[in-house]
Amino acid sequence: GNWSRLAAQQVLTQDDLLRFESFGNVSLIHVTDIHAQLKPIWFREPEFNFGVGDVRGVPPHVVGREFIDMFNLTPGSADAYALTYPDFVALGQAYGKMGGMDRVATVIKAIRAERPEAILLDGGDTWHGSMSSYLSRGQDMVNVMNALGVEAMTSHWEWTLGTDRVLELVDQLNFPFLGQNIFDAEWNEPSEDFPSYTWFERGGAKVAVIGQAFPYTPIANPGWMFPEFSFGIRDERMQEMVNEVKAQGADLVVVLSHNGFDVDRKMASRVQGIDVILTGHTHDALPEPVLVGTTLLIASGSHGKFVTRLDLDVRDGQLMGFRHKLIPIFADVITPDAEMAAVIDAERAPYAAQMEEVIGHTDSLLYRRGNFAGTWDNLICDAVMSERDTEIALSPGVRWGASLMPGDAITREDIHAVTTMTYGQVYRSEMTGETIHAILEDVADNLFNTDPYYQQGGDMVRLGGLGYAIDITKPIGERITGLTLLRTGEALDPAQTYTVGGWASVNEGTEGPMIWDVVEEHIRKLGRVSAEPNGSVIVSGI
Amino acid sequence: MMTEVRPRIRLPRSASAGESIVVKTLINHDMESGQRRNSAGETIPRQIINRFTCEFNGVMVLDAALEPAISANPYMEFEAVVPESGEFVFTWYDDNGEVYTATETFEVS
Amino acid sequence: GLGASAVAMLPVAAAATPVDDAIAAYTGGAAIAEGGVTITAPEIAENGNTVPITIEAPGAVEIMLIATGNPTPNVGKFTFGPGSGAPMIATRMRLGRTQDVLAIAKMEDGSFASTAVEVKVTIGGCGG
Ligand SMILES: [Mn+2]
Ligand SMILES: [Mn+2]
Repeated sequence: GNWSRLAAQQVLTQDDLLRFESFGNVSLIHVTDIHAQLKPIWFREPEFNFGVGDVRGVPPHVVGREFIDMFNLTPGSADAYALTYPDFVALGQAYGKMGGMDRVATVIKAIRAERPEAILLDGGDTWHGSMSSYLSRGQDMVNVMNALGVEAMTSHWEWTLGTDRVLELVDQLNFPFLGQNIFDAEWNEPSEDFPSYTWFERGGAKVAVIGQAFPYTPIANPGWMFPEFSFGIRDERMQEMVNEVKAQGADLVVVLSHNGFDVDRKMASRVQGIDVILTGHTHDALPEPVLVGTTLLIASGSHGKFVTRLDLDVRDGQLMGFRHKLIPIFADVITPDAEMAAVIDAERAPYAAQMEEVIGHTDSLLYRRGNFAGTWDNLICDAVMSERDTEIALSPGVRWGASLMPGDAITREDIHAVTTMTYGQVYRSEMTGETIHAILEDVADNLFNTDPYYQQGGDMVRLGGLGYAIDITKPIGERITGLTLLRTGEALDPAQTYTVGGWASVNEGTEGPMIWDVVEEHIRKLGRVSAEPNGSVIVSGI
Repeated sequence: MMTEVRPRIRLPRSASAGESIVVKTLINHDMESGQRRNSAGETIPRQIINRFTCEFNGVMVLDAALEPAISANPYMEFEAVVPESGEFVFTWYDDNGEVYTATETFEVS
Repeated sequence: GLGASAVAMLPVAAAATPVDDAIAAYTGGAAIAEGGVTITAPEIAENGNTVPITIEAPGAVEIMLIATGNPTPNVGKFTFGPGSGAPMIATRMRLGRTQDVLAIAKMEDGSFASTAVEVKVTIGGCGG
């Protein structure tokens, strides 16, 4: 509100946020994982982000006070608010919401005013995540990103619109939709629909940008929606592409990646010759690049909260130096770009009335992001159990989803921001205790396998009605113990059958009402909601 | 298998004499494993392509013995030497005794 | 064919696993060197019903492919003829669960070499 705007403007100015002493001859601007958030939002960074094996305790697996210390931030500062979770509610009062594509546009225009040849790259997860992108099937985001002047993108959730729609939207883009790892599934050949790389001649340098789509798109999402394509990591081919662009005279090799941070870190150690990897998918925001050998890894956050500016000194085919800034988009400090604001309003107009309808209110902080259950997920699990009459609820550990502050109204749009997808049906089925255990082990291994190439970059599946203990250092099959039905306090019986409700099944033909309708119905009945961290997951091995 | 069996072949556009080329083949076939049951609970009898061969000008390139663990619509990719222009002959042997063949001429430069 | 010879081995190797049997049926019990075979397969299968795999074994005349976690382990035997351009085969296979996939190459001198890789078959879902 007004008070927070005044407070934020007292400590921050747009000039401060944009201040950057130009460096070298090439500038990259990176945005990623916007998840269709056109308007400013609240977004609480994770309280739990465990790394296993070699990456235990190293960025991005650092949170809270440890993060503040590692990057020399001041507790309670604007940067600490933007990058970490402590005191989120109190600091939100002072610094306000973040993001908004009209504010992002202001920042990008300012960088381009200084550096007309700056290259704007979008890491994907752009066409998914809001009610308007769901209802327009990605059209709103395509129009906004074209207006923003994006120059290349890669992909992940885009694919959940299905092959036909993806091809239709790609056709409308003013820029290439890259993916060296997108293959024709039938003939096992690089797809002709999506280029592996694209070229820029900027600042006297030849810049090659190679795209890397999310390798596990057909596993983490419904592969039946885009059966023509196969993905995968394909680091041998990435090496071939790097060699190819270098042979064609690339002075700078940039990978626009949706691998997830740990996968990119491993890829940087296996593929030689990449100068910069612009990472995505795991939604990490890091105020400094991570170096692997001589490769720079950049993590630009999610949901439009940050824009990265990376200035590079490229001479004679060599990267000689860099200057980097992760620019936080404080919505109350950065003036919205009027042109982009008009585009956004036009895109939202057909749906604005439905989106802005108030369904209820929250008395507590609602958030999702973190390896284990957030309060939004607890509320969603409660909604599934109550509306679908089940003993147990399963909710996917996706990393997208905005937060709401205590006292906030909950609009239909807010519910969509944590639930929207093209396969949101809430199933009701019967599962044995053994099956439930197997599902948890499977998902935990996608998160805590010590080899990043076996990780899918999501968080742990959220549970309603069940508690458990997890040792993240154990191998698959041994991590999860003490599964307990919270209602009775009894151990989950492997042989017994339980009623389970859940959503986001990747199986074709899943039936049930849409999750946002289920959550809306639940919130409507309650009027005011309050959800606390449920404390039913005990984590060890950290 | 009652549906029409339609082999498909992919060869490079050109090669010089003596070069090794990548050959890709697909054939639509259920590769019924013999381990599945129908809705009445009866085992569906096994019916797979159990052998695949490729010859170039009568010289054997690849002879593959296939088991039910090979996926439906069997895909084979391998390399063949083309010492001169000539004809590829591809042969798939079905459990039911049927034999499907495809031929492709290939010109070397 | 190969399936029949594997079955014929069963009575004499009653205590062995189906995988041991499949290997013994192929090599006749000869020693197998580790390595010398390159397998390219996805770390995680996109679809357990159709998992792409490429096997290359310089110097091999034949490659035997075994899915060690399938109830029936044999997948295929690929014999390279005089017209072969390289001891290489790419195909697609069914994997019932997460397992090691084993390729045994028979070399020109009759010796054997092998490499195994793990392919994870997961239920999927979730993501960032
Ligand atoms: Mn993603
Ligand atoms: Mn994302």
